[in-house]
Amino acid sequence: METKVKRSTSLRLQKTIPYLFIMPWIIGFIAFTLGPLIFSLIISFYDWPIVGEKTFVGLANFKEMFTDDPLFYTSLEVTVKFAILFVPLNIIIALLLAMLLNKNVKGSGLFRTAFYLPSVISGVALAMIWAWVYDGEYGILNYFLSLVGIEGPNWLNDPTWAPIAMVIASLWGQGTMMLIFLAGLKNIPKDLYEASAIDGAGKVAQFFKITVPMLSPTILFNLITTIISAFQQLTLALVLTGGGPLHSTYFYAMYMYENAFKFSKMGYASANAWFMFIVVLLLTMMVFKSSSAWVYYEGEMKAGQKG
Amino acid sequence: MFGSALNRWGDLMKKVLVYAVLALFSLMFLAPFYWMITTAIKSPEELYVFPPKWLPTVFNFDNFAKAWTIQPFNTFLANSLIVTLLSLIGQLASSALVAYGFARFRFKGRDTLFVILLASMMIPWEVTMIPLYMEFNALGWINTLKPLIVPAFFGAPFFIFLLRQFIMTIPIELEEAARIDGANPLQSFVRLIIPLMGPALILVGVFHFLSSWNDYLGPLIFLNDQSKYTLTLGLSQFRGMYGVEMESIMAVTFLICLPPLILFFIAQRYIVGGIATTGIKS
Repeated sequence: METKVKRSTSLRLQKTIPYLFIMPWIIGFIAFTLGPLIFSLIISFYDWPIVGEKTFVGLANFKEMFTDDPLFYTSLEVTVKFAILFVPLNIIIALLLAMLLNKNVKGSGLFRTAFYLPSVISGVALAMIWAWVYDGEYGILNYFLSLVGIEGPNWLNDPTWAPIAMVIASLWGQGTMMLIFLAGLKNIPKDLYEASAIDGAGKVAQFFKITVPMLSPTILFNLITTIISAFQQLTLALVLTGGGPLHSTYFYAMYMYENAFKFSKMGYASANAWFMFIVVLLLTMMVFKSSSAWVYYEGEMKAGQKG
Repeated sequence: MFGSALNRWGDLMKKVLVYAVLALFSLMFLAPFYWMITTAIKSPEELYVFPPKWLPTVFNFDNFAKAWTIQPFNTFLANSLIVTLLSLIGQLASSALVAYGFARFRFKGRDTLFVILLASMMIPWEVTMIPLYMEFNALGWINTLKPLIVPAFFGAPFFIFLLRQFIMTIPIELEEAARIDGANPLQSFVRLIIPLMGPALILVGVFHFLSSWNDYLGPLIFLNDQSKYTLTLGLSQFRGMYGVEMESIMAVTFLICLPPLILFFIAQRYIVGGIATTGIKS
């Protein structure tokens, strides 16, 4: 009888052991992710200043955002314009560099280091360096432009050029994406290229018929992460331009940040945050849905060949 | 014969072209770094000139010490070190523990929980930033280093995922033998698995060090007092400050970039290999 009780407690203990191992994450997930996420949704229905009276306002925050806040549309426009330039350029440059590094050149490790180096430093440091590179009078960029006879703009103080400056500075940090592409390229079997070369395919045909399809899952992954990162663009705007001039670099994340921590409108900013969250989710789902049309997984291709 | 010579010539030209493009891009990626370093050691007279001077006539290495004392950067450094090192310990211990739980046990709800863990990586930090601020405010943690340290003790999804994948590649026979000899799971984990996890723990350690040392938004939101600032926050306030010239800003920027750059050179093969095998970075 006694041993039976012992055994059942030890069995129960046995069953709880796995949960003890993952307990830190469960607690952390509830305290720092799920809890805040739900809380954020709740306060988005409130007028909630940091100090003072909190009042339930229903959907008023969302209504105000869509109908009565020009800055909402300004920041959305800035973000979308940035994404339209940044997302494709980032992928093209990262892929180009990865393809060059994949060509078995001597010293490719050194080149790889050069391309990845900007990705290990802080966004603040990156912003500081570019602030000086972009300097209208003494900056190195305008010096290079002057060598080819172009008079460079006053980058960060010009509403037309400041957003472009943001794109260029962000492209500097493409290193991680390049490494992911490089790993993807190394996984493409060499014999595919050899066989197609025997069939008389040129380099361009090989790129579009072999490299792009074989790499398409990686491209899909990079596409999603870049879109999300475009909507999270905050550090660069805060440090480099402060959103200006004339709100030309007033990114959506910055709009949200200012509503919360400058104007102390926690409820309204949470409504902003949920809008962003839903947009990012929808975009991700759209990219995924479209992926069946252009992403080729190796398994599928082999099945297709058999059939 | 003539044809093959032409072919060789063509191959050579292609090689030269590849090298030329790689070199050109390298210059473009390294030029801003060079511009930072050369500015950091310039004297004030050579700072604001056009065309820019590539090399200063006198190397002012005391710019570094001078810039460092304009603001209490020693305090900022101490705060950055406290945050980075303490959170690093928490991150490694908790993520490895949770990863072991997901990798080695069958239990009710495991797969659902793991999917939730993966999905939670998709939640942008900006969405939880406001409630987190309020939560830490209610706990009385605002303007302390706790919000930058404590969450690391509960593991991070990406690192848990990465370590779990690594543990799954380790054969389970050793642990089974140990269990028959009477070892409990915690003992197996600490004595058998941890020693084998070296490369994966280094990778997680490096990634965590970089994200913690480089973090700007966390300190910006959770800290108010200058005595609590980390280096990145101190640096961001440095620009536009009255009387602070570009050579000082670049000197401090260089010093703050130094630890990540050194770490990268030491751990390069782990980082490159790590990104190649997992395909993601936080």
